[in-house]
Amino acid sequence: MKPLDPRLVRTASAVRVHLGVSVAAGALTTGLILIQAWLLARTVTGAWRGEGIDTLGWAVAGVAAVAVARAVLSYVAEASALYSAARTKSQLRRRLVAHVTGGRGRVWTAGPSDTDDGREGAPKAGELVTLATRGLDALDDYFARYLPQLALAAIVPVAVLTVVFWADWISGVVILVTLPLIPIFMALIGMHTQARTDKQWRLLSRLGGHFLDVVEGLPTLAVFRRARAQAAIIRRVGDQHRRATMGTLRVAFLSAFALELLSTLAVALVAVEVGLRLLGGHMDYQTALLVLVLAPEAYLPLREVGARFHASMEGVAAAEGIFTELDRERGPADGAHAPEPVGVPAPSAAGDLRLEGVGLTHPGRDRPALDGLDLTVHAGEHVLLTGPSGSGKTTLLSLLLRLNEPGAGRVSVRAPGGAWEPLSGVPAEDWRLGVAWVPQYPYLFDVSVADNIRLGAPEATMEQVREAARAAEADTFVSALPDGYRTRLGERGARLSAGQRQRIALARAMCRNAPLVLLDEPTAHLDPENAAAVRTAVGRLARGRTAIVVAHDPGWLTRSLGAPEEDSEAPPLRVVELQVPSVDGGVRR
Amino acid sequence: MTRDNGGNGHPESAVPGVTDPGAQVPERERRRDPLRRMIALARPRSSRFALGVLLGAAATGAGVALLGVAAWMLAVAADHPPITALSVAVVATRALGVSKGVSRYLERLVTHDAAFRTLAEVRVRVYRRLAATEPFGRFRTGDLVSRLVNDTEATLDLLVRGLTPPLVAVVTGGTTVLVLTVVYVPGGVLLASGLLLSGFAVPLAMAALGKGPGRRQAEARGALSTTLVDTLHGAPDLVAYGAMDRQVARVYEADEVLTRVEQRDSAVLGLGAGATALVTGLTVWGALLLGVLAVEDGTIGAVSLAVVVLTTLAAFEIVAPLPAVAGKLGAIRASGARLFGVLDTPAQTAPARKEDLAGDVCADRAAVTVSGLRVRYGPEDPWALDGVDLEVPEGATVAVIGPSGAGKSTLASVLLRFLEPDEGRVELGGADITAYPADEVRASVSGVPQDPHVFASTLRENLLLARPGAGDEELWEALARVSLAEEVRAVPRGLDTEVGTHGTGLSGGMVQRLALARAVLASPRVLVLDEPTAHLDADTRDTVVSDLLDAAEGYSTLLITHDLAGLDRVDRIYVVREGRVLQSGTHAELLAQEGWYRDVAG
Repeated sequence: MKPLDPRLVRTASAVRVHLGVSVAAGALTTGLILIQAWLLARTVTGAWRGEGIDTLGWAVAGVAAVAVARAVLSYVAEASALYSAARTKSQLRRRLVAHVTGGRGRVWTAGPSDTDDGREGAPKAGELVTLATRGLDALDDYFARYLPQLALAAIVPVAVLTVVFWADWISGVVILVTLPLIPIFMALIGMHTQARTDKQWRLLSRLGGHFLDVVEGLPTLAVFRRARAQAAIIRRVGDQHRRATMGTLRVAFLSAFALELLSTLAVALVAVEVGLRLLGGHMDYQTALLVLVLAPEAYLPLREVGARFHASMEGVAAAEGIFTELDRERGPADGAHAPEPVGVPAPSAAGDLRLEGVGLTHPGRDRPALDGLDLTVHAGEHVLLTGPSGSGKTTLLSLLLRLNEPGAGRVSVRAPGGAWEPLSGVPAEDWRLGVAWVPQYPYLFDVSVADNIRLGAPEATMEQVREAARAAEADTFVSALPDGYRTRLGERGARLSAGQRQRIALARAMCRNAPLVLLDEPTAHLDPENAAAVRTAVGRLARGRTAIVVAHDPGWLTRSLGAPEEDSEAPPLRVVELQVPSVDGGVRR
Repeated sequence: MTRDNGGNGHPESAVPGVTDPGAQVPERERRRDPLRRMIALARPRSSRFALGVLLGAAATGAGVALLGVAAWMLAVAADHPPITALSVAVVATRALGVSKGVSRYLERLVTHDAAFRTLAEVRVRVYRRLAATEPFGRFRTGDLVSRLVNDTEATLDLLVRGLTPPLVAVVTGGTTVLVLTVVYVPGGVLLASGLLLSGFAVPLAMAALGKGPGRRQAEARGALSTTLVDTLHGAPDLVAYGAMDRQVARVYEADEVLTRVEQRDSAVLGLGAGATALVTGLTVWGALLLGVLAVEDGTIGAVSLAVVVLTTLAAFEIVAPLPAVAGKLGAIRASGARLFGVLDTPAQTAPARKEDLAGDVCADRAAVTVSGLRVRYGPEDPWALDGVDLEVPEGATVAVIGPSGAGKSTLASVLLRFLEPDEGRVELGGADITAYPADEVRASVSGVPQDPHVFASTLRENLLLARPGAGDEELWEALARVSLAEEVRAVPRGLDTEVGTHGTGLSGGMVQRLALARAVLASPRVLVLDEPTAHLDADTRDTVVSDLLDAAEGYSTLLITHDLAGLDRVDRIYVVREGRVLQSGTHAELLAQEGWYRDVAG
């Protein structure tokens, strides 16, 4: 890992500002360090010569002025570092969000109900959230502590060395020889430690993970009456862990040892050498003091950078995580040949739909999710898609939602009174305006019930929302909530049961008022009462619309969707059974 | 998982102060500062830590002394005395130059070693407490367990990064001030106040000042996090309903709020660095001013002035690590509070009144009778089980079915003595199990808990857990019984196959079979199978249940499930909803009746 990722500088403009500020502050601080050292040497020497406060007053006052200036400088540097860190984090976060949600909705291509995108190494949504919030916070330390120190480490030693050379070249040589030894030794030890730690890593992680494993397994251990006996094992493994870790640490601490030893020893060497020459009359007291005060300053920034290296690495790792994500290709490019969306529902959504030899294999899978599917659905028709799990029912819906593009075959649509056209030629946004979708696990947002229902129709009035809820058999329980339709639902709709969530999703679909409705296993996880209510609501939703229902629950195998007493004109339900595609790709229907 | 051979080098009394790990924690103890309780829990290896602190003080002190001695040497040399006047100082300077690195290295080794020793002990204590109180209701999800474990490991941080640096600072700072006071009293006093200000007052003030910003930022970050979670998890819904752009705008809004808060607070949070620099600079200035005046009126010599000024300049290295400690201690205190929140939970089951369950059960009767059972998790909570009557005759297989939240797993917890019934009786062969120690009951009632844990070890170790000392013969027999023997024989390392963390090397069906093989090895009278199909896909569900039921042949078995797989094979089915038994009968009987079962079975 590099101490400063060039992508960070390129991506976030706030970083460039911050770097400028850090370097400027570093240069000023260096100047103040040199001035303070000279003032101290001058005053002490003056007092030795017998000068009083009236002669030395200016120098003493100068030290106070330097103190105030350094304080102001470090305040400004720290505050501005935190300020730029906040802006940088925001810039990175926005890029990440834009990237992950972008590509016009091509986010989760493994199927609408999957929360990860199924690709090798792609992080889950939860990891992305952590990365974008707590992960990025590690950049605070990186910005406020590490980068300014890095600037100091680059400027101070050079400046100090120059001054010491000018004052006393022999001391200058001592520092010049020892200073580069520090990074060299640290690198050598670091490489050695790395090799050793890598070898031990498996052992360490196994021993370190043992306690977690045992605590997680405590109920199981308790069932087998082994819980108490484990205490002795935990102690033994703890001791093994300590011995193994200490073995690694003995080597790992060597690099800090080298740093500490070299820097202190060099100062001691300078002090002795200067003292002896002062004694011999080869140099004056003021110069000797100046060199003594400055010598530790040459090593200090290096030690500080070393000490902050660890904290900064977390920040670098977080930034790295973001860049890896930004570089990851997210789904195929959007149908580039589709015209720009116009913002009104595509008329073809109200028409016929035809699939010819459609197939799709998700990236990273060797078995196709769909293969050679032929299906025609006429406007106003109600279709029940059944078939075992793995037969591609959900994938088919994702194609019709334009969350996926077919890998083979053709999907065509025909607006009422129009001609067949390829679905890929219709702008996805416009097409989706004509589609309402109820997924297997609908996602409810941490906003009000009303806003959840009008997700797809933001301009819907409260009356329309209520009407949609009534039709979805949701009005009763929503009205019973503490704030009715204004109740916030909590994270992932935590306030509601699975059946209630399903009915809110149905209300959402009602409110969308689209000519084509797609429903994915709407009753799969519901108990009988809820399932019955959902079935009634689905009947109402499907009335007068084209409906495709995926279900393998036998309760759906009826003559038509919806209760016969409510709707005697419902079209007969057509049942289409899909089969699991084989690996070699035989033709299925 | 390591195999326990019964060899136990550490008898219970090895941990001082723990007489009964399951005893109720006294109120006074519970109200103490979690940080202090954590230190007490850690019960530091005081002599080792004292050695560590001394070494640390030697290291830091060497740095300060180096500059002080060197200043003295230069000041003396300036008057050109004979070289013998300097010889001690020369040797001392060189020795200090070498000793700093060495003692720092030793300090780190000693404190880390002591901290790891303590951690091993704390783990045992935490574990003993958990094993005695079994607060499983408090951490249902794996996330909470790993947090608990992390909170335990915070002990290490507390000792190495939280306690040692302040102690080292106190020792070194005190010594330096003392030496300086001998040289020049006002110089010592000045340094003492400077060190106290920058080492303690400034960090404490910053911690107090940082509370408001910390809270505001946490709030804004929480809001952003929620919006982000909604955006990423709800992405398909957002895309399908064309609402993604609006949602992303909401994320940006939340991001802007957080960024504004952080930028506003940066002005406050930067104060610490400025204040530290100011105190340091002004203390050096004060030492210089006082020193020059003192030399002028003859109170001290020019040599002392050099020593006072340069020592003061170097002394602030002593308190440099302290600002970081303040923040660390806050995080550790939070860890402690969470840890004790779990550890203070009293045991879920009442103490036993009788001893030997096996002796009291009517000979050869392994029938379970549950009557009028009522259980709830807290005095305010709704009843999880609300008057359940149920019977598992000797050797019969009985299923309990119902939707999630119906109280089925509560029933399993009561049978395995993880939970105390509030009302009603649970009898095994005529003896009330609640009167016996949990381990006595579990010798007779065993099974597969919901989400059985597979330890990150070999198949053999995982099996031996249930019957330590069992021979390979017995293990293979158990595997054969659950139809797992063939699969295990087919892998090259057989019983020595590593199953990986959480058994990731095994399929869901294999985990259930392995767990049942374990239960069979424990040779109980009653088997409880809690949701064995919960995480299996529909295609493997039927085979697994059928194999499990084959294996359970001959035991009194209670199968808890939410789906219908295998129910046509059991002797009796109880339908449970909202803590009550709705229906009971055989598969055929229930299908013939109006009701929940027929509705679900279609």
